[in-house]
Amino acid sequence: MTMPYYVAPEQVMKDRAEYAQKGIARGRSLVAAMYGSGVLIVAENPSRTLHKISEIYDRVAFAGAGRYNEFDQLRVAGVRHADTKGFAYSREDVDARSLANLYAQFLGQVFTHEMKPLEVEILVAELDPLGDNHQLYHLAYDGTVVDEEDFTVLGGDSDTIIERLTVSFRRGWPLDEAVRNCVAALAGPDRLLAPSDLEAAVLEKGSERRAFRRLTNEDLAEMMAAPLATDTGATDGTGEDGDSELAGSGRAEPAEGAADARSEPEHGQPQAGEPEPPAVPGVDGE
Amino acid sequence: MSLPFFPTGDDPGPSFIDLLRRSAPTAGNLQPRGLPVSGVNPSAGPRSGDLPTRSGVPHGTTIVALRFAGGVVVAGDRRATEGHAIAHRGIEKVFPADRYSAVAIAGAAGPAIEMVRLFQTQLEHYEKVEGTTLSLEGKANQLAQMVRANLPMAMEGLGVLPLFAGFDVRRKLGRIFSFDIAGGRYEELEYQATGSGGRDARTTIKLGYRDDLVVDEAVELAVKALYQAADEDSATGGPDPLRGIYPVVSVVDEAGYRRLLDDEVAERFAVLLESLRGARTGDQS
Repeated sequence: MTMPYYVAPEQVMKDRAEYAQKGIARGRSLVAAMYGSGVLIVAENPSRTLHKISEIYDRVAFAGAGRYNEFDQLRVAGVRHADTKGFAYSREDVDARSLANLYAQFLGQVFTHEMKPLEVEILVAELDPLGDNHQLYHLAYDGTVVDEEDFTVLGGDSDTIIERLTVSFRRGWPLDEAVRNCVAALAGPDRLLAPSDLEAAVLEKGSERRAFRRLTNEDLAEMMAAPLATDTGATDGTGEDGDSELAGSGRAEPAEGAADARSEPEHGQPQAGEPEPPAVPGVDGE
Repeated sequence: MSLPFFPTGDDPGPSFIDLLRRSAPTAGNLQPRGLPVSGVNPSAGPRSGDLPTRSGVPHGTTIVALRFAGGVVVAGDRRATEGHAIAHRGIEKVFPADRYSAVAIAGAAGPAIEMVRLFQTQLEHYEKVEGTTLSLEGKANQLAQMVRANLPMAMEGLGVLPLFAGFDVRRKLGRIFSFDIAGGRYEELEYQATGSGGRDARTTIKLGYRDDLVVDEAVELAVKALYQAADEDSATGGPDPLRGIYPVVSVVDEAGYRRLLDDEVAERFAVLLESLRGARTGDQS
């Protein structure tokens, strides 16, 4: 007959937190950032079918990092909650804040009362279809909610990714610039991420009722391969001569191109599939 | 409201209706109608135009759907009647069910609109939970189950007869499904119209229908069918230029669901009236 040992509550909580953090750190990270006309979410995820980013409701998106089965269960619960609420009341009454609070409640409950905390970090994002007051709620494994401005990073390597993104982030940047910089921040200086390593989606203003849209690999390739001058629009990556001309013309216009170019060399520009060498010399000349 | 979690063996899966049954939030009025009563002979059930109706409850009337090369046209008039009185001049009976399908309703307006809302939510719910859309036939079967669940109400004069039409993205063609109140589901190969003016609408379409209609001709035929139905049936509303109320005409094709603008429909009716006038005076071919 053994007596249960006394363990200080501080120690219990610390152990659980450590356990959860370890689990989350094993997964790959995810970035959510606001851009000119909505919210962009990019995750490192080689699977095409097991999604980290999903639609919850018309203007609400969900993203999770950590253990897939655990955050997917949370995602489905969120969809169920939102659809039931929208059906019982009105579609307008479904919002991210109340959903984030429910998640926080649940995560906190599990963290303190269950054997094992959930090894997840989740994000609930809501688009403001008329203004720029988009919302990003970042929830930790213990139920802590943070209402983030501008951008947020989920997953193990978040501190360094936040550092990188703090340097490059620019309010109101266009989507392709946001994609390039978020991918660069995820990848770090030593790696290149191809579109097939990524999963990305946007909550987009000006769309129909459902604002959630996944970016396909082709979308990503186009945005990541585009010349640095954002105002020239995306090219389809044919003809290297054409590209060097575009990069040149981009340099001639100081406004957007310059802001973009400044941030790029620090992270190394990730290239989609076929590298676009002429774009980088354009930056070096800056 | 709390987050809906279910034990592993008792999960409602992607079904929104099961979810409502399971979680029964706050009130029973969210519960979809119960299972159909037994002992009803489906073949004895009324079909198409001859629903038993209860007076004092608004009823919607004529809806039509027809196929053209590459999609379907779905249209409905705007009138709701209570017995012999007009209850509403502007209700809508044609709705997008999801991106690639449309649902139109005839019958008791209240249960019908609730059914559409439930159906729309169900399709979207399935899509979000499963990460993929239902097949067009799967959608039609879902709607059939809802119509069948409404059978007890139908027996009391609150029947709903929808038409479901959409673009089958796997087969790349438009398809139409009609229903009877017992939940029977029938695929229509050319066209269908239900509601009190359905018979007149069907006849009109029959006279102008070809296998190789293009979208413009199909819209023209749908508009003509609704006009003729309104001409013969007191419960079907025609174009109302005074209030600017025109039938809802929608097209579903490869690009998805789109509703024609009122101005466009008004223009179609103007052209139709002109040609009918011409035909009467004999100066039009």
